[in-house]
Amino acid sequence: MAKLNLLLLAVLVACALGLVTSQHKGRKLFSELERERERARELDIEYGRLQLEASTWGLHSRVEWIAAGTLGLRTPDPRRVRLIGRDTPR
Amino acid sequence: MSGAVGAAAQGLVRLPVWRARFVLAALLVAFAALVLRALYLQALKTDFLQEKGDARYSRVLEVPATRGRVLDRNGEALAVSTPVKSIWAIPADAQLKPAQKRKLAALLGMTTGDLDKKLADPSRDFVYLKRQLPPDTAEAITELGLHGIYDQREFRRYYPAGEVTAHLIGFTGVDDAGQEGVELAHQDALGGRAGSRRVIKDRLGWVVEDVESIRAAQDGKDLTLAIDSKIQSLAYSALKSAVVANRAKAGALIALDVRTGEVLALANVPSFNPNNRTRLSGAQLRNRVITDLFEPGSTLKPFTVALALESGKVTPQTTIPTGPGRLTIAKYTIRDVHPSLALTVTQVLQKSSNVGAAKIALSLPREAMWDLFHRVGFGTAPQLGFPGAAAGRLRPYRSWKPVEQATMSYGHGISLSLIQLARAYTVFATDGELLPLTLVKTDAAVTGERVVSPQTARAVRAMLETAVQPGGTGPRARIMGWRVAGKTGTAHKQENGGYAAHKYLASFVGLAPVSAPRVVIAVMLDEPAAGHHYGGEVAAPVFAQVMQGTLRLLGVAHDAPLEPLEAPSEIDAAGEST
Repeated sequence: MAKLNLLLLAVLVACALGLVTSQHKGRKLFSELERERERARELDIEYGRLQLEASTWGLHSRVEWIAAGTLGLRTPDPRRVRLIGRDTPR
Repeated sequence: MSGAVGAAAQGLVRLPVWRARFVLAALLVAFAALVLRALYLQALKTDFLQEKGDARYSRVLEVPATRGRVLDRNGEALAVSTPVKSIWAIPADAQLKPAQKRKLAALLGMTTGDLDKKLADPSRDFVYLKRQLPPDTAEAITELGLHGIYDQREFRRYYPAGEVTAHLIGFTGVDDAGQEGVELAHQDALGGRAGSRRVIKDRLGWVVEDVESIRAAQDGKDLTLAIDSKIQSLAYSALKSAVVANRAKAGALIALDVRTGEVLALANVPSFNPNNRTRLSGAQLRNRVITDLFEPGSTLKPFTVALALESGKVTPQTTIPTGPGRLTIAKYTIRDVHPSLALTVTQVLQKSSNVGAAKIALSLPREAMWDLFHRVGFGTAPQLGFPGAAAGRLRPYRSWKPVEQATMSYGHGISLSLIQLARAYTVFATDGELLPLTLVKTDAAVTGERVVSPQTARAVRAMLETAVQPGGTGPRARIMGWRVAGKTGTAHKQENGGYAAHKYLASFVGLAPVSAPRVVIAVMLDEPAAGHHYGGEVAAPVFAQVMQGTLRLLGVAHDAPLEPLEAPSEIDAAGEST
């Protein structure tokens, strides 16, 4: 009887330690998850900022201004444009 | 006796029974007190205590939601939210040294006097020092480590296209909720819902465990609009330079895709910069395409002609006597700018004869005319999901006098918005169907509601093509490589219940390419004051410029020879009086 009790005590202690360890691990993993989530949010915000920047640099008026001014580009005479037929329009 | 003596002899003292009972009773009372206390704490005050306990380690965190982006049809950003910081203070706690105050004021971009004023009232618990600062400035302020000064994360909306799309996109207020335009119309979808969750934090403030999610955060959905920012940009710049060149008060333009009913461009001048909305005037905010009404003038004549063709009373070749260029109905005289004795129905449209249109209208029942106007959408607000879309004014036909029926044939005595006018022209672009319009990208072909027969629609389209040929009123609307059809309009502006003599609204509505229409564009200029005021002189060139660019950007096949157009002579550029 005493032997059985001792055995059960050992099992109990092992379980208790296991619980503590798993909880600790869980919290550690969770804080890692939390950090990653924060990072994801920051990246999303940065994506928005970059998108904004891309739109600002790529403003059509700016592109047109640079194309016409700095690069000296212009719209070709329509007579020099060949249209390739595409019967299924986009 | 011997027992007691025996006990005494054994060294035992016989105690009185009450002492044991007393101790027992005392223990029982103490135990009962404990039970009652436990009951009190566990059952009656448990909520309060639980709360106090939780307050030691659990926190409710706000989970911010981002507002959805607004994109154009090619995925280019038109409105994006980025985080900014607002700096606030508890005045009673913010006891700053003069040096700190100077530094803070410099970072906030205000004088120390202004800062003192904000911090003057110590009874207030919360004072915004500055809202919506860039994150790096806010960080510099946090690094000062001032007591009683805090920051708070907020979102600010940026509009990279600025004034070009201002009226369509609208803007949001300081609390990130839509106030105008698409931002307001799609507030429910764009605006996210901030969530909150309960967490356990450790001594250092790190979140160590997620207890429960009280409310899941819902980010706003991105919205893809139908407009093409290249066409939009082209339309805005063309319109703006026309408004400047003609010294007009305002201008508006809309471009529609005939296949899908999508709005490809929607421009208004004057505009405003949605990123910096200080000093906004009402004129800048007005959306002349959707929410403003105007009397369209001659651009309505094709509908009168279409109805006449539909009724079988006339053919395009029927001759209408229009001499001597005047028609008097009940003391009111209708005039033509270029009087002629007789015109065919085609020529009535080509030369934009008011007398001709009035005579055609008077031969038709007023009920039928009202019915057609109603069916092409006049007097009914278009289903756009845009705040403040105007319905226009189409009076019930029972109240029409003959002279009103006559003037309505050339677009006076009826008011509508530019988008209604452009939509009505889809009838001629689609062989007789009125298309439902959409501001949101669908990219799916739509079928509209049949209004007139395909034969009538094609006949009117052919007549409208003659109106932009030499001899018509709008030859400046032609473009190289594509066949164009359209109608000019020059309406006197209403003022103080009458018509102003020298204030005009010049307009042009047209479609291209005529062989298989793809785009409808409507242009309107308000009070051109630089010498020219006819729709054919002022609005048609804008139409041509935007239409050419749009067809090129959409990759529409040419249907006309690529030859330079002969410049319209002064005689050809016929004016019209409405």
